[in-house]
Amino acid sequence: MRMLPQQTRLPGGRLHLHDGPIDLIIRAWGEADAVEIAYAAACGRFANILDELCTELPLLRSQATPTSARPSGLIARRMADAVAPFCTARFITPMAAVAGAVADEILCAMTDAAPLRRAFVNNGGDIALHLRPDESLTIGMVDRPDRPSLIGSAVISGRDAVRGVATSGWRGRSFSLGIADAVTVLACSAAQADAAATLIANAVDLPGHAAITRAPAHSRDPQSDLGARPVTVAVRPLTPHDAHAALVAGLDEAERLRRAGALEAAALQLGGQTLLCGVGEALSIDSPVPSIATKAMSSDRLQRTTVSAF
Amino acid sequence: MSETDDKIRCDACPVLCYIRPGMTGACDRYANRDGELVRVDPHILLERTLQDGGEVVPFMSQAREWSGDIVNAPAPIVTAIGAGTTYPDYKPAPFIVSSQVDGVDMVTVVTEGIYSYCGVKLKIDTDRHLGAECATVRAKGEPVGHVTTGEYGSQMLSLGGVNHLTHGGKKEGRVTCETLLKLCNRKAVELTVDGGATFIVEAGKPPIVNGRLEERMRVGCGSATIGMFAKQWYGKVDEVVVVDDHITGVLSEHQAGKLLGARDTGIKIKGQRSTPGRYFHVAEPGTGWGGADISDPLQIVAGFNGKVAWPGLTMLMVSTTGEQHAFYRLDDTLKPVEAPLPDNLRVSVERIRENCEPALCSVLFMGGAGGSLRAGVTENPVRLTRSVRQALTTVTAGGAPVIIWPGGGITFMVDVTLLPDNAFGYVPTPAIVAPIEFTMRLDDYAALGGHVDHVRPLRDVLAQRGKKSNGFGVTPARSDA
Repeated sequence: MRMLPQQTRLPGGRLHLHDGPIDLIIRAWGEADAVEIAYAAACGRFANILDELCTELPLLRSQATPTSARPSGLIARRMADAVAPFCTARFITPMAAVAGAVADEILCAMTDAAPLRRAFVNNGGDIALHLRPDESLTIGMVDRPDRPSLIGSAVISGRDAVRGVATSGWRGRSFSLGIADAVTVLACSAAQADAAATLIANAVDLPGHAAITRAPAHSRDPQSDLGARPVTVAVRPLTPHDAHAALVAGLDEAERLRRAGALEAAALQLGGQTLLCGVGEALSIDSPVPSIATKAMSSDRLQRTTVSAF
Repeated sequence: MSETDDKIRCDACPVLCYIRPGMTGACDRYANRDGELVRVDPHILLERTLQDGGEVVPFMSQAREWSGDIVNAPAPIVTAIGAGTTYPDYKPAPFIVSSQVDGVDMVTVVTEGIYSYCGVKLKIDTDRHLGAECATVRAKGEPVGHVTTGEYGSQMLSLGGVNHLTHGGKKEGRVTCETLLKLCNRKAVELTVDGGATFIVEAGKPPIVNGRLEERMRVGCGSATIGMFAKQWYGKVDEVVVVDDHITGVLSEHQAGKLLGARDTGIKIKGQRSTPGRYFHVAEPGTGWGGADISDPLQIVAGFNGKVAWPGLTMLMVSTTGEQHAFYRLDDTLKPVEAPLPDNLRVSVERIRENCEPALCSVLFMGGAGGSLRAGVTENPVRLTRSVRQALTTVTAGGAPVIIWPGGGITFMVDVTLLPDNAFGYVPTPAIVAPIEFTMRLDDYAALGGHVDHVRPLRDVLAQRGKKSNGFGVTPARSDA
């Protein structure tokens, strides 16, 4: 039974769009008319994105290679473009960027339709941002979706290059090859951040460690793009030393990606420890937790990373 | 890939996930439980309403004492709000629930209907002229309906309907859908009538016409008001004119005045005399006295007959709501001169006002349960219609009673204030999504070709809900149900 895309207004002037596995929490700031036009544009673009993506699912679930066919859908192309820079060095499929690409596409439809001061499209924690140079947004970070609490926040300024935020980890909705509780990446688009976070989370790992239980991806989800690759299904408590070693492995990957221009900054979380990559003034993990953000968290199902603005 | 047979394929969305037992699909909403595809997200709207501190009072017997734990509530009604649906309904309605009521197995078929054929009937309690009959009603400049009949103390509007939703321009359909949704969810909407007034309407609230809050609904037409208050006026004043755009009443000529022995005053009222003491069309419709376009009531008085009237004759002029009133005394040339209202008449004016009920806007959602929705309930859709006709099946919307129109189809109306907050939704088609439940005896359900194999005992629904593994809108029973 095909459920139709659904749209609902949430408290705080937000828009919730839902279709199949996609849940978007959207907020735009600007003139009241502009916000309405932008929301209408978001709804209009949202109406058929799932069908559009599903027509190319087999291609999008296949390993990206330099000779991969170029998909035809706009979102599919965003996905393919986001993973293309990594496909020679790592196993990755365009699906690694699906959530971010959807967020980018909807945000683009909104900003094309009306002038906005700022806006976000949050696709389950993968967030596309729009900011005028004099605006900023505060992003709250959550490492454990099963025990949501903010472990820190990042202030993104309109003058930064950051327009996308994504979080990946084995506890999230998607499978991970690694053991990171959460890797949050700030990049120039949500699709870029999504792909980079996936790769870094995969790299936060302790190969062969006894505390880690893995299972072939297709044993959990017959259609997983990861096929028979072993995905993390349980991690018993690690010693601080082991957790740090895993994070350092991830940090190497993050630095590699940062030098390649694939991300602006990243925060890697495991067992209560955090390592930061490329952090200037943009990212801090000790800022006070804004209560508005925690409130937003409790009401938004499936939300991995929260956005609040002041 | 070697795969075991226990996985199932979900067809809720085009992703078409294969789901292994105990796992959910990509959406986390549908899961494979013992080989069965089940929906696992909690019913969205009611829960969200509670989360936001919203009001669900119409269904609660002890609102303040209710902990919010839906499962412990006694004798729940399963509502369709948030049940979700498909269009067309080629699958059984999302939830088919059975419960025991008086030892009879009852089935409530719970679904949310998507209504392309729907609208609202709006009753606005006001004497003020909102616009001519048949005039176009606009929201945000788009035509969304029209002014229909004037009724007792109120003006009726008919909004939405398939012509505005789907046959007009794209923007017209969108604005119509948005307007209907807001009205149904008890939000305020600003409407403008071509050549008429601009007003703000909200279900259960007084209308605001041209920026002015309407407080009272008329006690009756001008003539009826004379009849009601003639005794209280007789002997205290020589003439009373109740100014009303529909039927203006004149005490001395009116049957009620005659019976009391009221003396002729020789007053000449403009307009068209219907029967003695009853005048139509004394002025043009407007937003002044008694719904006419006048701010000075003497505008409707043509004069006094010099052979009948006398200097010193007293006259009270009052509107049908008592909100406006003026007292006059004729001078030597028989011209009315305004004077202070004597205290013994003030009481009667206040009584008119006191007898006027608060002015409100009422919104009835009207929708037709089409063949496809009925197919979600039974394999032979027309039998559901017949069953409703035979009163074997009770139809409710979000647990609220509905009025079913006679004739073909299942076309119903429901007072939107009886539904929980935000019970209505929409799809971009555009169309309104509204809850609808069909309740009938289990054997009747089987007899009309119901999807009996999809019936699930209520206790299971509740038990599963407790474990947050099922998505039903379960609302405590109304205390008066």
